[in-house]
Amino acid sequence: MEPLERYRPIVDDFEAFLAACRRPLGTAVRVNTIKTSVERATATLEEDGVEFDQADWNPRVLRLETDSPGATWASFHGFTHGQEEVSAVPPVVLDPQPGERVWDACAAPGGKATQIAALMDDEGTVVANDSNLGRISALRFNAERLGATNLAVTNADARNYSLSPFSFDEFDRALVDAPCSCEGTIRKNPDALENWSEDHIASVSGIQKGILRRAVQATTAGGTVVYSTCTFAPEENEAVVQHVLEEEDCRVLEFDLGLEHAPGLTEWDGQEFDESLERAARIYPHHNDTGGFFVAKLEVTA
Amino acid sequence: MSDGPDELEKNDGQRFDRLPETPADRTVEGRVSREEVLEYFADRFAIPPETFDGHTFWEKGAGKIWIYGGEAPTPVEIEAMGMTCLRTRQEHWKPTTDFAQRFGRHAEACVIELDRERARRFAAGEDQELEWDGDWGYLIAAHEVGVEVGAEDERSGDGEPVDRDALEPLGIGLYVHGELRSMVPKGRQRDL
Ligand SMILES: C[S@@+](CC[C@H](N)C(=O)[O-])C[C@H]1O[C@@H](n2cnc3c(N)ncnc32)[C@H](O)[C@@H]1O
Repeated sequence: MEPLERYRPIVDDFEAFLAACRRPLGTAVRVNTIKTSVERATATLEEDGVEFDQADWNPRVLRLETDSPGATWASFHGFTHGQEEVSAVPPVVLDPQPGERVWDACAAPGGKATQIAALMDDEGTVVANDSNLGRISALRFNAERLGATNLAVTNADARNYSLSPFSFDEFDRALVDAPCSCEGTIRKNPDALENWSEDHIASVSGIQKGILRRAVQATTAGGTVVYSTCTFAPEENEAVVQHVLEEEDCRVLEFDLGLEHAPGLTEWDGQEFDESLERAARIYPHHNDTGGFFVAKLEVTA
Repeated sequence: MSDGPDELEKNDGQRFDRLPETPADRTVEGRVSREEVLEYFADRFAIPPETFDGHTFWEKGAGKIWIYGGEAPTPVEIEAMGMTCLRTRQEHWKPTTDFAQRFGRHAEACVIELDRERARRFAAGEDQELEWDGDWGYLIAAHEVGVEVGAEDERSGDGEPVDRDALEPLGIGLYVHGELRSMVPKGRQRDL
């Protein structure tokens, strides 16, 4: 927990934050509406004898009272997919529409890419990319299990991504769910902070900036780009968005979020960020009893 | 050797090629056409061909057919598109479990209903003895799941062909000699 001390000045009720970070995280699944309805999925879970609670902000997110959400008929049929509650936020903010062309720049193992496909009613094109070939097999497995037929998988570095395999040269929307220092996953993975260092944060923030810039470039004017991480470090969140605001044509948009959260920061460690970064969301573990997340929504302006 | 216009190319297993519309449009040796794929699903499982109006079919690897609903030029070299749906270039074509789960609800034939205990064994990858008076070969195994209590009517669950409204496909089974063999791949098997 030591590295988290640096967030004492920015987190409201820091003791509650630390206490939440120490509690293990419950199990959540997302209903896969490509294969079934929420009603059928919940009826199946009832038959499975698994108790659940529907999230207020999203009826497709269920908190389960079981440690093995995979050992259910609902899971065997691909009606449900194990996905942390906050991890279902970025695709909802992205708000993809059926028929659109959507890029998931860092997609493996595919929880959010398949959620994007479902939000599009499996119509249109989701290009799910990841640079790590080893993680591509999990992405493919999940896409097939969940029945996402509008999803294409590529294996490339998102920083200099080329659309040349495809017949179009721009996306309508893009999600950058970036590789990060994962501080916000501490409840799921108690070792998350073991290799924590400021140097690591600095190097990963360079990668994040490169990927987010490419996503803005590859998205059509008027299109939407969502940037998310599962970490608290402002160097990987507001500072990355700030960099892209300076280098590319885009602006930060306001969005509604039915979950408790704090606004994005406008300053950290002596660096000032654009005021519009307040429109980003910092979701802390003690807010909604979830993992931690950062989400910013951008509009491409030219 | 001359490269006559009628000479067919060899299949390049490293890339995705969209299937030709009909056998007459074929340019690659041994490649099936969209028409033949739709015919197979219609003849074997009575899945209406319109079911696939929004989808294209592709071959990558020898005989592996993929179903895809997005945009892409042909040929295309990427990791995956949509899902593998059918294995061709062999005597008996074999649909995949993921395809059966995604599209099997449209099937009206060669669907075998299993009761809960049999479904459990099927999902675990087990073979089981079972009576079935339909065709031998690849079947879609299905069971009733997620139906409101009370909405259930009497079903024998003994492999009788029945009304499938509430049935949910489990995957592909191979029926031969009084035995249903689960084709659910290892990674998809579950102990329930
Ligand atoms: C937070 S995870 C993505 C999780 C995924 N969006 C999901 O919901 O299942 C970040 C991913 O970024 C990938 N990655 C790291 N550097 C990358 C790069 N330069 N280009 C593309 N992907 C990259 C990693 O392999 C990792 O799978």
